[in-house]
Amino acid sequence: MTASGPGVPVLELRGVTKVYGSGEARVRALDGITLSVAAGDFLAVMGASGSGKSTLMNIIGALDAPTAGTYLLDGTDIAALSDDELSAVRNRKIGFIFQSFNLIPRTTALANVELPLIYRGVPRAQRRRRALSALADVGLADRIHHRPNELSGGQQQRVAIARALVTEPALLLADEPTGNLDSRSTEDVLSLLAAVHTQGRTIVLITHEDAVAARADRVITLLDGRIAGSRELPGRGFR
Amino acid sequence: MSLLETFRIAWSSIMANRLRSALTTLGIVIGVAAVIILVAFGQGASNAVTASIQSLGTNLITVFPDFDPDRPTPAADLTVADVIALNDQRRAPDLLGAAPVTQSQRTCTHAGRSARTSITGTWPSYFAITNSPVASGAYFTNSDEVQARRVAVIGQVFAENLFGSASPLGERFVCDGTPFTVLGVLAEKGSGGFGNPDDVAIIPLSAMENHLTGYGPLTSISVQMASPDVQEAAERQITTILDEMHRVGPDSRDYGLFNQASLLETASQALGIFTALLGTVAAISLLVGGIGITNIMLVSVTERTREIGIRKAIGASRRTILLQFLVESTVLSLVGALIGLAVAVAVAQIKVAGISPTIVPASVIGALAISIGIGLFFGSYPANRAASLRPIEALRHE
Repeated sequence: MTASGPGVPVLELRGVTKVYGSGEARVRALDGITLSVAAGDFLAVMGASGSGKSTLMNIIGALDAPTAGTYLLDGTDIAALSDDELSAVRNRKIGFIFQSFNLIPRTTALANVELPLIYRGVPRAQRRRRALSALADVGLADRIHHRPNELSGGQQQRVAIARALVTEPALLLADEPTGNLDSRSTEDVLSLLAAVHTQGRTIVLITHEDAVAARADRVITLLDGRIAGSRELPGRGFR
Repeated sequence: MSLLETFRIAWSSIMANRLRSALTTLGIVIGVAAVIILVAFGQGASNAVTASIQSLGTNLITVFPDFDPDRPTPAADLTVADVIALNDQRRAPDLLGAAPVTQSQRTCTHAGRSARTSITGTWPSYFAITNSPVASGAYFTNSDEVQARRVAVIGQVFAENLFGSASPLGERFVCDGTPFTVLGVLAEKGSGGFGNPDDVAIIPLSAMENHLTGYGPLTSISVQMASPDVQEAAERQITTILDEMHRVGPDSRDYGLFNQASLLETASQALGIFTALLGTVAAISLLVGGIGITNIMLVSVTERTREIGIRKAIGASRRTILLQFLVESTVLSLVGALIGLAVAVAVAQIKVAGISPTIVPASVIGALAISIGIGLFFGSYPANRAASLRPIEALRHE
């Protein structure tokens, strides 16, 4: 893993453009996004639906390649990579948290959290130890053998956070992490993210809710594929 | 990622859908069981026929006159002189003996019962030559032959027809007005060759000629060779001697040789084809089972599109996903094959129509190997589809 000290941006987008379709049906989902996130930053991306949030999230998450522009993730140029190399990059550098949790169904919390380590080739004993500790960190030490359908939404999202953190990624990428949760679980998840941030982890959070975005250090707002606004919220994350 | 981990993941996916996995496996279970059982029955039938032909004596060569009506010169008769020449150990070292055979169909009676049977007039050496031991009583002897005594050794079926369940030993039966005393009853051979070898009466050749048929040509000569391995040498010695006796050459030969071993070969060839046919029909059901696996794996890939997306998002490579689905389909079909094997072994204990099925190791290995092949082949299309899914689209899938 590349060392990500202060000053070295964890992610850097320069003129990133994404175009879908062709001819009449051409849609410019992202239009020249330039953005830099330093190590330890907590960035919230806001915008109405159709503003390009999801496309940006896919590109930042190395799930999709930009049509034009460059994207450096932890110093690696993503555009040049093959599908399998992208898989490896996602595994090593990114922890995903999705709106719909996206746990593997019919599989225990422990197995879900172990999965990225399996794909990375971490030996069994070490894997188990790290997964158990990640589950303990999110307060689910007593739920490790529960399957997703036996867990509440908030608990499922905490399993997902444990799975995202177990690989110690350079970037934690959360896409509407509280979109499917009640207010209590929302608070749980957000304080968990804040705690993770306090430990120095870099977080990009995509949301359309002001209250959620308010937890970040910095908020950018997307409109029609462009950055329409950017504001700092000094010290909020360290409150 | 190790293969063991891939197996663990595949196995947990299979167990997560127990009923569906079981039903998919059923197709392979039936296919594998059918292949093994049908081949086992074919082999059992083949064994039964082989045993029955062997009981007639595979060392036996029968010499008979050439009946071809288009022969340029009429065939010379087979005579006792020919038999004596064939018994010359010096000229025919690979022959153990030769006996004359004169056969005639006669109706015989005893105490109001009557039965038509094949009567064979021959020498006492015939019993050894044709591998025909007695179950009870004794053979007739050279002295019986010399004295033309009216004695007989009879087959089980003939004995039952004339004497019912009573012991025929020492009893008399009458054929064409001539009474014969039963000396012995042959051990049962079971049908398998021509006619019923158990529905016979064997009497001294001299008695046959004196009382039933008169003096005339032999029906055939039975010759015993030392072992089936010397068949070629034995047949060469027979033809050398008989060509000389009959003053014929390879082109004008007026007799033919018939060997039980060739009958055995023909019969086992026919049964082999029969068994292969049964196996092929069963293999088709295995193919259908394989298509079932493709079908269910395709459903599974569609159903788990989102799961595949998640796995790819958190770092599974193309190869990992491909392997997971391949291993899954192969495990399904292998488990099916093992259950099918167990079913086949259980069914093969049952005896049907007197045939005990014999499991052929090659069919077991073949069926297992084919089912692994089926898992790989029929799983490869769905697995490829899963592996080439794009994660963003797969994640969007509901």
